[in-house]
Amino acid sequence: MKAKVLLSLILLCGGLAAPPARAGDAAPAASAAPPACELPSYLLTSESQLPKVAEAVKSGKPLEVLVIGSGSTRIPASEDASYPARMQAILKDKLPPAEAVHVSVEIQSKKTAEEAAATFVKLMEAKRPTLVIWQTGTVDAIRAIDPDDFRGAVTEGVAALQKAGADVVLMNLQYSPRTETMISVPPYLDNMRVVAQEHDIPLFDRFAIMRQWNDQGQFDLFSPSRGPELAKQVHDCLGRALAQFVFDAAHLGPAQQQN
Amino acid sequence: MTIADQVTGSTIAGTANPAETKPRAAAPAISLPAIGERELRLDLFRGLALWLIFIDHLPPSLLTWFTIRNYGFSDATEIFIFISGYTAAFVYGRAMLESGFVIATARILRRVWQIYVAHVFLFTIFLAEISYVATSFENPLYTEEMGIMDFLKQPDVTIVQALLLRFRPVNMDVLPLYIVLMLALPVILWSMKWKPDLTLALSTVLYAVTWEWDLYLSAYPNGFWAFNPFAWQLLFVFGAWCALGGARRMSRILASRVTMWIAIAYIVASFYVTLTWYAPRVPHLMPKLLEQWMYPIDKTNLDVLRFTHFLALAALTVRFLPRDWPGLKSPWLRPLILCGSHSLEIFCLGVFLAFAGHFILAEVSGGAAMHALISLSGVLIMWGVAWVISWYKRVADKSGAKTKNAVGNADLAGGG
Repeated sequence: MKAKVLLSLILLCGGLAAPPARAGDAAPAASAAPPACELPSYLLTSESQLPKVAEAVKSGKPLEVLVIGSGSTRIPASEDASYPARMQAILKDKLPPAEAVHVSVEIQSKKTAEEAAATFVKLMEAKRPTLVIWQTGTVDAIRAIDPDDFRGAVTEGVAALQKAGADVVLMNLQYSPRTETMISVPPYLDNMRVVAQEHDIPLFDRFAIMRQWNDQGQFDLFSPSRGPELAKQVHDCLGRALAQFVFDAAHLGPAQQQN
Repeated sequence: MTIADQVTGSTIAGTANPAETKPRAAAPAISLPAIGERELRLDLFRGLALWLIFIDHLPPSLLTWFTIRNYGFSDATEIFIFISGYTAAFVYGRAMLESGFVIATARILRRVWQIYVAHVFLFTIFLAEISYVATSFENPLYTEEMGIMDFLKQPDVTIVQALLLRFRPVNMDVLPLYIVLMLALPVILWSMKWKPDLTLALSTVLYAVTWEWDLYLSAYPNGFWAFNPFAWQLLFVFGAWCALGGARRMSRILASRVTMWIAIAYIVASFYVTLTWYAPRVPHLMPKLLEQWMYPIDKTNLDVLRFTHFLALAALTVRFLPRDWPGLKSPWLRPLILCGSHSLEIFCLGVFLAFAGHFILAEVSGGAAMHALISLSGVLIMWGVAWVISWYKRVADKSGAKTKNAVGNADLAGGG
């Protein structure tokens, strides 16, 4: 009988070996990146690809990137330190000097995914980007939008962006430990992952990345500080990680990197 | 246990109790214990569920890897709701047989009121916490997330909506679900007394209709209840059905080797699927078609995959952990059993401790050591308080009410 009980216990917690599989594969984010930005490589890679970005770089066409985001895409009063601006700088560094890179930002503050997606057709006609990075989810989580409706809205938005001829990267919510007891984030993270999987597009897991930094002690995201320094550093690292992520997903190998 | 010790002097049921005349009591798997006797396995697993819910409500840490939601589809909520249905039906079902529908309903409503008050109490604590954060935390990195504080601008609406159970902050979804389920309990029991299988069938139909027609309860400011009562009632009613003789009738199925191997196979498969979420290095050998059929696994509406995962776990537990297992009397499991037997109090305490834990992590330090300390002391506090409540009940029972034994114990009724 004891053996049976033991067996059932082993079955119940059989998978305690799982966590080690997850840890221990750290790789530097970018060769020149500050140590604070370091991330395990699985957070910077994707099985999905960005064929249009690859094509544009290969044929030497200008790379037009559009970041569609909400409030957390910008730092109030320090726009040029926000992650889209940082990503542009890093991309320019990494790509051949002849390659023109331009990152534009479309802030849709306080708009849910559904409200943002409604503007995409016009937006895409005006900007014609090669790559769209769509950061969403926060407003929906704050307003507790039905996760099914949220998934529907993200699906529609992604379809509209793809139809307009762009590669799409989805970016999920920030890791915000202070508001963890107030905003229920997991359903929105899960649904974004599902949409990314269904459409075979890369998902930049900003939540996991920021949590990694917080857990490893690189940044103290609990800090109540009112100054912009922490936000600037985090956005710098996010910009680097995002550039690296795009590079990887578009298979722009070291041949194109000019480090 | 307080009551059991006084009435029977022993909690070990052994084989069938000769004094018990009701035929449903002699089940080999789960059975109705003799009057006043606690089913320690229920307390044990409900206590475990309470600890796991507490740990899951804290920010993720090393301890989080010990909670069952990382190893399969279902989590502690399923255990909690099932056992609550089981114990509620057990106690109030007996009250309904002995005192009739009206008295039993009145007692159930009193219990509902207790749970409601507990919920409002937790909401007050939440308001205090969120107001503090709103006034002291202005990191420009999180300007957008602070939009959550907007509801503080109209406290009149928010508080009334909270009293109507329509505004529920994060981690406060279980008690409203439980309130609604308990409100339905008189009807469930009345129908169970008449035709148990039909009741379970009706409950399954309601579950199916919920999925087909998308029934839900709306929430404030928008959205819907995070645990849909129309779906989760299935687990509660299933618990009640098991308590009122269903488990005995299922005992042959539960004892069969085929069931055991199906359950094991299902649990292993679901473990593999969960592994692909948490360990991205595990190769994705999942066929696309299967993924499309399976995802998303919906917690709000109690996905069938979650329900069956719980059934598989329960089947194995009943098989490998007999009710007279001597380990149930071991001092090592005492803390869990104590917590499980005062579940409403300990559940509320757990939610409060999770709030407090977040607060300490934010204000003092967020290190792993502090995290472990908070988790550990939370569990110790839950144990300590459960011990005090149990001590107080013992003293109160001794000094007063012999009648209390006759009417039963609200905590046995499945607490919060």
